[in-house]
Amino acid sequence: MDNIFLIFLSAFLVNNIILMKFLGLCPFFGVSREMKTAASMGVSVIFVMTLATVITWFLYQYILMPLDLIYLRTVVFILVIASLVQFLELFFKKQLPGLYSALGIFLPLITTNCAILGVAFLNIDNNFSLISGIVFAISSGAGFLLAIVLIGSIRERLENAPIPESLKGLPISFVIAALMGLAFLGFAGFLGLSL
Amino acid sequence: MEGKIKRTLIDGIIKNNLILVLAIGLCPTLAVTTSAYNGLGMGLAATFVLILSNLIVSSLRKIIPGNLRIPIFIIIIASFVTMIDYALKAYLPPLSIQLGVFVPLIVVNCGILGRAEGFAYKNPVHLSLMDGLGAGIGFTLVLFIMGTIREIFGQGIWLNIPGIFPGIKVFGSSFADSSVILFILPPGGFLTIALLMGLFNYWRKNNG
Repeated sequence: MDNIFLIFLSAFLVNNIILMKFLGLCPFFGVSREMKTAASMGVSVIFVMTLATVITWFLYQYILMPLDLIYLRTVVFILVIASLVQFLELFFKKQLPGLYSALGIFLPLITTNCAILGVAFLNIDNNFSLISGIVFAISSGAGFLLAIVLIGSIRERLENAPIPESLKGLPISFVIAALMGLAFLGFAGFLGLSL
Repeated sequence: MEGKIKRTLIDGIIKNNLILVLAIGLCPTLAVTTSAYNGLGMGLAATFVLILSNLIVSSLRKIIPGNLRIPIFIIIIASFVTMIDYALKAYLPPLSIQLGVFVPLIVVNCGILGRAEGFAYKNPVHLSLMDGLGAGIGFTLVLFIMGTIREIFGQGIWLNIPGIFPGIKVFGSSFADSSVILFILPPGGFLTIALLMGLFNYWRKNNG
């Protein structure tokens, strides 16, 4: 039995999926210019990540493993995630138009978010049980939400700051991410890990 | 003819540089560049996938139906990614462990899908090959430079290849005790790419 609380703490703060593991950087820098869009993206990620984890876990344990098809996992996982996102988009459009318009463009963008596929792979590499996998996915997604909302609010304030011409845009966001990462390094003490 | 091939290659390296200009494929760029060797390995793995997926997409461009192209591209890319993943596991197991989950994740590197969709699907085979090669070299170069900077400041050595080559001591042995450990920690990755991108912007502004 894996320690659920430890998995949560580790995925949410200590090994934050963006700042420490570098997964999902494209949406992190791409849609974090405003806090509101950043939050929508974060919520979509938690949702899709959890669903994708459950589906890929069952596929891997009950189809790929018994049939000895593990070498197909990259192909199968990416296709499953791409179809899942498409399916969710259609489903939301029909059944939950409110949520659909709130998430907007972010849902289709998630297909190329390497955090989703990355978490699916990490679940398998870590030999997580289904429950631990779900906890891992939700807390990784929550970590993503936390980081993207934080950087979104910082970037809003930077709008009028005097930044050197060459550093405007992405480079300065990287500097912010570096400072945030330094702060997050402090959480390592939680689990009694030293650097 | 000759000129067009050369221009495609150079555009891929500089004008359309995946990381510095288009800011694509950032995850592996930051995650695996704790040493020059890791950066080089990751870059070459991605280059392999880029060249071959461009080659296949370009040769099949008349057969692939337009509205099904993206899933087909993804399957082609995923197949090559699986090949390089297993090749690394078999022949360079230490490197494979270092790069970890980022090798299979080449499949969601939008740069590769971007070159397939934006170039290979519309251009003849020889140009697509050059485009893949150029984009791959541009990607590898940045990863190698990132790895070099982080390894030299973070560990004081350069080009350490575990088990084969101990690396060149850049700062002398006393540096090892007081190296700037920040550079090999995750925040150092963000800082290095920020400065590299800033320098590149500065250079491009002054050189047209």
